This record gives sequence, structure tokens and C-alpha cells, in this order.
Amino acid sequence: MNIIQTEKLVFSYDPESEGEPILKSLDIGIASGSFVAVLGHNGSGKSTFAKHLNGILLPTGGKVWIDGMDSADEEKLLDIRRTVGMVFQNPDNQIVANVVEDDVAFGPENMGVPSEEIRRRVDEALKDVGMYEYRTHAPHLLSGGQKQRVAIAGIVAMRPRCIVLDEPTAMLDPAGRREVLDTVHRLNRELGITVVLITHHMDECIGADRLIVMSDGEIIADGTPKEVFPRVELMRHNGLDVPATVGLLYALKKRGCDVPLDALTVEECAEALYQYFKGDRKA
Amino acid sequence: MTPLIETKKLTHVYSAGTPFEHVAVEDVDFSASRGEFIGIIGHTGSGKSTFVQHLNGLLKPTSGSVLVEGEEIFSSPGRIRQVRSKVGLVFQYPEYQLFEETVRADIAYGPKNMKLDKEEIERRVLEAADFVGLEPELLDKSPFDLSGGQKRRAAIAGVIAMRPDVLILDEPTAGLDPRGREEIIYNIRRYHAAVNGTVIYITHSMEDIARFATRLVVFSKGHIALDGPPAQVFRHVEELERIGLTVPSVAKVMSILKQRGLPVEDGVYTVDRAVEVLLGLKGGVAGA
Amino acid sequence: MLKDITLGQYFPGDTVVHRLDPRTKLILTILYIVLLFIAKSYVSYGLVFLFLVICIALSRIRLKAILSGLKPLVVLILITAILNLFYTRGERLLVSFWRIRIYWEGVRTAAVMALRIMMLITGTLLLTYTTSPLQLTDGMEKLMNPLKKLHVPVHELSMMMSIALRFIPTLIEETDKIMNAQKARGAEFDTGNLIQKAKAMLPLLVPLFISAFRRADELATAMESRCYHGGEGRTKMKVLKMAGRDWIALGCGAALLVLTILLRRLGL
Repeated sequence: MNIIQTEKLVFSYDPESEGEPILKSLDIGIASGSFVAVLGHNGSGKSTFAKHLNGILLPTGGKVWIDGMDSADEEKLLDIRRTVGMVFQNPDNQIVANVVEDDVAFGPENMGVPSEEIRRRVDEALKDVGMYEYRTHAPHLLSGGQKQRVAIAGIVAMRPRCIVLDEPTAMLDPAGRREVLDTVHRLNRELGITVVLITHHMDECIGADRLIVMSDGEIIADGTPKEVFPRVELMRHNGLDVPATVGLLYALKKRGCDVPLDALTVEECAEALYQYFKGDRKA
Repeated sequence: MTPLIETKKLTHVYSAGTPFEHVAVEDVDFSASRGEFIGIIGHTGSGKSTFVQHLNGLLKPTSGSVLVEGEEIFSSPGRIRQVRSKVGLVFQYPEYQLFEETVRADIAYGPKNMKLDKEEIERRVLEAADFVGLEPELLDKSPFDLSGGQKRRAAIAGVIAMRPDVLILDEPTAGLDPRGREEIIYNIRRYHAAVNGTVIYITHSMEDIARFATRLVVFSKGHIALDGPPAQVFRHVEELERIGLTVPSVAKVMSILKQRGLPVEDGVYTVDRAVEVLLGLKGGVAGA
Repeated sequence: MLKDITLGQYFPGDTVVHRLDPRTKLILTILYIVLLFIAKSYVSYGLVFLFLVICIALSRIRLKAILSGLKPLVVLILITAILNLFYTRGERLLVSFWRIRIYWEGVRTAAVMALRIMMLITGTLLLTYTTSPLQLTDGMEKLMNPLKKLHVPVHELSMMMSIALRFIPTLIEETDKIMNAQKARGAEFDTGNLIQKAKAMLPLLVPLFISAFRRADELATAMESRCYHGGEGRTKMKVLKMAGRDWIALGCGAALLVLTILLRRLGL
């Protein structure tokens, strides 16, 4: 069963007005255990979509089902929020406490988990994101990537089945970005947590199982990264780019070279080019 | 020719004499001339942000000196004031400094502090708005009603309106999507071409900067590790990776191809150049 | 510059004083303040001072940290002392010139007042130095729990306080950043008369307020999505527990109080 299923999801901040809704009838199903990247430019509706996945926003039309629960059912709100956890863009604005471990405990405390159990969960969650040594530190002295990992630990400690990350790397430097991505991939692989990663960095989508591209509140492409990125014109037409590897292959293809477009990583791309050009080594 | 801006043995130590003492920048000799478009690269904590805050006198060096047009900038308070408008500094997320009721008034804040007369201020506001591609009808709006990208551009205009000879930008495209990024970069290049000053562009992302900088300066541990034209800097792929920087994918691909024995030249880092080089292997024509 | 403020700072440690229950420390601090005000003689001051010294020694907080905590208040202490010095009338005249008369009693009061303020601050500093802000708010919440019956929103107040404490460093850092950004546009924060100075603060305060509101909004969303729904049904990871050392400490405090009252009765 899909852990997340939207059914003709429509959202508009002002449903009465004639204007275009922000989300236009989205039907998206996300399989349990998968790693899904949602790519789109600013204003594409990707963040609005994310906020529907744990009841921060409610649909103005259609339905959102979280593990079989209707997100509009107020009785189920807390259950939905412990099923799907959210990590936001600005790490500073989601850390509540002034000690790392106290912050991680915040979610479980709200859920009424017994004290000893919270302690156990907090320690495990901090180890899962590699921040256990920092448990007694003050969050404001950590780097951006570390703060964001603490925020992720705060969600992991709630033992959700799915984590939605809304542009978690937008404010980080490359090192922090890598830390966060590695952490999220590990959680998906080792703990089987479903991951929905909202981003506008193409490179972050390469490792995903599935890539959904949004533009103006609609899905314009949906498939594996290897299926989606070769559609270079579609991406560029919608204000997005493709990884530089694909960009290079595409430019060569346009000049008549018969190279594949789905060699996304640096290694794959180099291999494809090597195979194509090796015959032409000048003596 | 005297360089436009220059540092000599610049050293900055934070919290000197305490247990938290930290040398952020050490003995940095740097100079930049008119017309240069310099990319400063380095990861967080490499000292690059500390370094640029000396260039307009926001930070005072622990030792060493900063010269603008050959003249020390800390000689008098009046000199620093003068330097602040000569060397414009756009901080990261500059939109968080917007405060006036209208975009026009906000852009005018810098020129006003320079005590320019009304007409001149107005002229500069319009000019700066044009440089960053803000439509005139946006000028009477509240800056807080603009979109994210527009706010960013309005804030940059606030510095450009002082008509600095040296324009320093710290990660001006952080957090923007590809379209927003392209707009900002396009506008900065236009400003650079128009005023014949120096642009110093700080970034983590070599992918962006590689396309338009005339020179790259790589900071690591408070020192300048590499300094030269991009093609020269990207010859050091391994060193760059050791410093912890993300090398453009194209440069990495080309460096692997070279290692595997393809006769491609060193220091190729843009898609366009790579296409030319690779097609060159085929005698310039695909499928030949 | 702004980052150097030490007031309200916490120095993590593992001494007896650090391990005391925050409620114990809060009660002792209140008791200590009361003692400072009922002490009248050198003997009783000496006792209270001894108590303070023992606490500092036990906490292993360095004297330097305490001095740097006192530093921002030096002016206040000096003003209080000087006012007392000039305005206290007495019998033993020491100095007299122009309209100024300084009496022995004035010197005495000035010294006592200065000492009292310094001891007051040192005591509260010791509390914040050895107790994490979260423990502190936790302790206050627990101590004020009976007020819930009077419909005082105790949980909400303590949550607000701990969030405020969490965001102070963030906002200080932000103030620094905005100040630098405006300085880069030619702003001058420290020249001109009072009105000019107040006006110059606008470019700093407006962005700061806007940012604080934005943060508050985002934080509220983040808290909600982490299942926050008020104090009801909430548990705690760190449950406050009174240990033997807490009762001993409170016992000592009570004994000191009784002793001081007795001394006062005896006119000492």
C-alpha cells in the first residue's frame, strides 16, 4: 500500500477567487520505503505539496491519505504527524531547545512517551544521524549541516514511517549538503523510512528511486532520475536545469555524437564518453 | 599601475588572548585591478568571509594593511566612510536588511548616507534598479511585497546605488532556484561590464563561478591556496578536492578521461569547452 | 561585540552545585536574596558571604567568569555607591568642601550597598552559570505548578521562556549581521545626538523585528508538526528528582536563615 496517496489534490490560499490554484489536481502515490525527490523551481507548488503531507495545510479540493488516514480528519491529526515527520529549510527556526538532546526529545515528549523510552529513542536517533557526541552541545554553535541533522534526529525520535524534507539543504554549504543527503539516504536504506525530498538542486535527485518534477502546480515529469533527466528540453523550458553531466552529453548529442543521456553520475558520464571517444585516440 | 584594492600581510585573529583564540586569516597578500571578475572560493571557515569584511573596513586587521587605490583605509574615520561607498559589500541573504517603506527609499539609503543631493540620489536609484532588472513600477511598492528573487535584487541595488568601484558579493544566489540564479548572475555581469570596476564574488559553488570569473582565488585555512585564471586553477582537481571543494562535474569528467588516456587538455571546466575538445578528438566532426 | 555578553550564560559542569535540582537552586537563590536584605550586622553579612564563597568553591566556577559577569553592572554599582556616599547624613563628618559633605555613615552605607549589589548579582550569576536555561525553566514550571489551579498558564509561560532563551543567541548574531550590512551601506550607529542615534537604529530594528516574526511563525509550524499541542499529556525526558543532596542543601539554607534571624534579634 502507498504510505501517501493524494487524490485530485487542489489547493488555493483563497478558494473563492478566480485565480489559478497553487496545486492543480495532483494524483501522487508514494510507495512505502521509497526515496522520492520532488524537483521544481520557486513557486512550482512543491513546498505547498509537502505541507499537505502532515496536515500543516489541508486540501481545498480532493483528498490526501496518509497511511489510510484522511488528512482532513482532525481526530487523526496527531497520528498523521507521528506517521509523517517534517524537516524544514531553516535549521535555526525548527530547533526548540538550547541543548541538542533536549531538542531531539521534544517530539516524543509531546507524544507522551515514557521518560526512559524517550531517553533511549533520543540516543538512538542521535546515533542514526551521527550527532551523538554533540548531544550536550548548544545548537546555535553547530554548523548548518549539523543543525539540520539535529532537526532530522528530532523527527527520527518520533519513529515516523516517512520523513518529508522541505528544501533541507537550501541554506547549507556543499559540505553540509552532503552530510544531510548522506544521512537521509542512510535512514532510508537502513531503517526503511520513506523519504520525500523537496529540492531545487538537480544533483540531489540523482540518488533517488523516483523523481517527480513539478511546475505551476502540476506534475510535468515522473519517473526514475535516469528516465527524467534526459528530457533536457522539458526541464530547461520549465526554468530548471539538468546535472552538468547530462548537459555535457546533451550538447554532444546535439552535435551528432551518439552518446547516452542517462549517464548521470560523473563516473557513468566519463565511462560513456570514454567508450564513445576511445577509438579516436590520436597516435 | 596601482591596484584598485590591495591587502598586505593581512592577519585577523578572533578573541585574541582568550581560550577561544582563532586565527581566521593569516598573512594574506591580495590585489585586484579594474576590470577583473574574481571568484573567491572556499568552504565555511576557510576565512573568506572574514577576509572580505576587511576590504571595506568592517573588520580591522590584527596586523597588516588594506589599501584602496594605494591608500591605507584605516588612516582616519573619514577615510573609512569614503571607502565604504567605494567598496560595496553585499552580504549573504541581503534581503534581510531591507527596512524602508518603499523599494525606492531602501535603495536610496546608501546614497543618502553619502550625503548626495536629491536629484543625484534619484538618478542613482533608477540606475541601480535598472542594473538589477527591477521594473520602475516596483519602486513604489513595499520591499516586503516583492517575491524572493525581487527582494534579493532590490537589496543588491541598495549597494550598487553607491556606485562602488569594487563590488563584493557573498553568495548572492544562495537559496535561489536556477532561474533566479541566472537572473542575478546576468545582472552582476552587466554591472561589471558597464562600470569597469572589480567584482569579487564569493561562493561555494565552482560550477557557477567557473563560467564567468576571469580569476579564481581559493581560500583554505586562512590562506590563499590557489590563485589564477579558472583554466589554471581547475588543473588542480585533486588539490581542490582535498581542500574539500566540489569541483565542477565537467572538470571531473574530463580529468577522468585524461587519466584513462584520452588526449584531452588540462583545465577544461565548462560544457562548451568540453564539447569543443571532445569533438576535436573526432577531427571536429561527429561520426567521422 | 554583542556576543561578549555573559549574563545568563551557562557553564556546563559536573559538580555538586551543577547536579542540584534546579528547584533547590531556585529556592536557595531566593533565600539568599532574602538573607542579604535581613542581614544587618557584619557578623551576619560575614555568614552570608561565607555561604556564597562555599557555593562558588563547590561549583568550580572561575573567579574570572564572575568578574566578567559583574563588569556590565559596574556603572550601576558605582552610581549607587556615589549617591549613598553624598546623600547619607550622619554624625561623623569626614570631608567638607563647597556644598559637599561626606560622613563616615555615608562611606559605610556606600560600601555596604555596593557589596550587597555585588553579592546579589554574584548569587544570581552562580544560579545561571550552573543551571542550564532549560533546567531553570523546568524548575520554575514545577515550582509554580500549584498556580495552575488559579488558571495561571504555567506550562505556556515556561515554554515561552525557554524558547526566548533559545533564540537570544540567534537574534544577537542576527543583530550583528544586520548592523554590518547597514554599515556597509554607510550607516553610522554611534555618532550624532540622541535623536539622530535613535533614528539610526531604525534600519537595524525593522529588519530585526521582521525576522523575529518570521522565525516565530516558522517555529510555530515546526513545533506543531512535531505534535506539540500544549502541556496536556506531555511527558519529559529529564524528570526532576529531589535527591539527598537537595534536602541537605535546603537544610543548610534553612539553618542559615534561622541563624540570621536570631542574630538580628540579638542585635548583631
